[in-house]
Amino acid sequence: MKEVRLHGRGGQGGVTSAELVAIAAIEEGKYAQAFPSFGPERRGAPVAAFIRVSDAPIRTREKVYHPDIVLVLDAALPQIVNVQAGMKDGGITILNSEMSEAEIREKFGLKGRLAIVDANKIAMEVLGLPITNTTMLGALLKATGIVGIEPLEAALEKRFGRLADKNKAALKRAYDETVITD
Amino acid sequence: MAKRVGIEVSIAIAEAVKLAQAEVVAAYPITPQTHIVEHLSELVADGELDAEFIPVESEHAALSTCCGSVAAGARTYTATSSQGLMLMSEVLYVASGMRLPIVMTVANRALSAPISIWNDHQDIMTQRDCGWIQTFAENGQEAVDLTLHAFRVAEDRKVSLPMIVNIDGFTLSHVIEPIELPDQADVDRYLPPFKPKYKLDPKKPISMGPVGIPEVYTEARMAHDQAIKNAKRWIIKAWDEFEEVFGRRYNPVEEYRTEDAEIVLVTMGSISETAMTAVDKMRDEGKKVGLLKIRLWRPFPGPEFRKAAKGAKVLAVVDRTLAPGASSGPVGEELRTVFYKVPGAPKIFNFIAGLGGRDVTVERFEEMVDKAASYAKKRPKELYEVIGVREK
Repeated sequence: MKEVRLHGRGGQGGVTSAELVAIAAIEEGKYAQAFPSFGPERRGAPVAAFIRVSDAPIRTREKVYHPDIVLVLDAALPQIVNVQAGMKDGGITILNSEMSEAEIREKFGLKGRLAIVDANKIAMEVLGLPITNTTMLGALLKATGIVGIEPLEAALEKRFGRLADKNKAALKRAYDETVITD
Repeated sequence: MAKRVGIEVSIAIAEAVKLAQAEVVAAYPITPQTHIVEHLSELVADGELDAEFIPVESEHAALSTCCGSVAAGARTYTATSSQGLMLMSEVLYVASGMRLPIVMTVANRALSAPISIWNDHQDIMTQRDCGWIQTFAENGQEAVDLTLHAFRVAEDRKVSLPMIVNIDGFTLSHVIEPIELPDQADVDRYLPPFKPKYKLDPKKPISMGPVGIPEVYTEARMAHDQAIKNAKRWIIKAWDEFEEVFGRRYNPVEEYRTEDAEIVLVTMGSISETAMTAVDKMRDEGKKVGLLKIRLWRPFPGPEFRKAAKGAKVLAVVDRTLAPGASSGPVGEELRTVFYKVPGAPKIFNFIAGLGGRDVTVERFEEMVDKAASYAKKRPKELYEVIGVREK
């Protein structure tokens, strides 16, 4: 079972991202859960969402305390939230940032494997909005392969209708531009 | 063909209500509400469900509207949660006393104060004695299945009682997970049209809900009590039929790894899943631990529970509500009564856990089992214990 914790801000679409991954995994025949952190939702406040993907039925209703994968939608969040809290050994942290790996490690004290992509830039250029939730799914796919791209694209199409193409393009570009470092 | 989809549990419940072809949905549409009625309003607006969707000004009005529509012979559904259930309270007793078979989902959540929107069972336990049949779902699939089952049972002329399907707020209501949505033809086979024995009809006027003077009130309450007790066999029969049509089996009390178990955890609702994982872990460590999950809460299946618990030396009973000033939590109290003076009865220890959204983790279940084992040797001072309290 792979456990993902997603950090974003209220209104950035983190919960939607988590849902799309779970729907895609279930479509592939796997078992999955996606759920928000159930706080009083406020636009702009730090929020979390959780995903589990497994080959066997999932029998837990705990929050994710020990993620294999951490996905950070907002470049400034690691400054105020310990995004790597409780992370499993060998886990990977996926970040939206315009900074270099060295700068990120220096500034935020992040350890272990990192996957970095400038999702703000991609989202602005492709979608015309600094909303990075679907863009960052490209980074998640590249860094982890947690689901296949086809079922994820299908889930995007179902959710976004005529806006799906742009989101798919942003996802694809993030996939190509994500840099993974140990 | 039934199809397996990744879907939010609330949306799936709305789809189940659509499959049941509810004719009236009356609900208070804003907080504390779930996506269930939001999606039902979409289904009605889109013409996918041929029903009256009546958005009302309060939960009190919602359930009052449901009473009227079901009395007129329409298949009727509503949903609520937390403070909304509190506001319905008065009408809950009217609906059951008048034997009106409304089906309702309650997304179980804490009560204020302090203000909490998170999951526990405090809302529904205030309505323990409201005279509705009550089941608890453990996951999204069960939430869907128990919704269909509820229509089947409630509307059965041999039962004719309203029914609540409890699902954990957020922990189930807001989770995307794999659910098999039944096929319409199978649902039609399982669920016959609603044909009440009596209904409000201008061409054939009758009175419903008249005054119960002292000469009849006791007998009316007794009849209600007998009706809900008698309902148990029809509840179980409807699960038998459910298995025949849909292939999934449900029981009033579900057993998990109870063979040769000495210490048995007792749970209701979605924490049962985490409890199973905890039992697996403890079994791997050689501990003789099992789990009993109460699915049918009202009428309480006492004989079934005693049978399922046979051989257990200790029960660690989890309540998800705190009853201030009471001798124990409602589930703990129920089971102490069920086993009172029964020869060879297990020792019962009651734990209060998971209040107001606090996670009940595998470690917490292990803690409860360890505590129950030690209390079996040395009786504790208190009749219940709150688990997972922050010391600093």
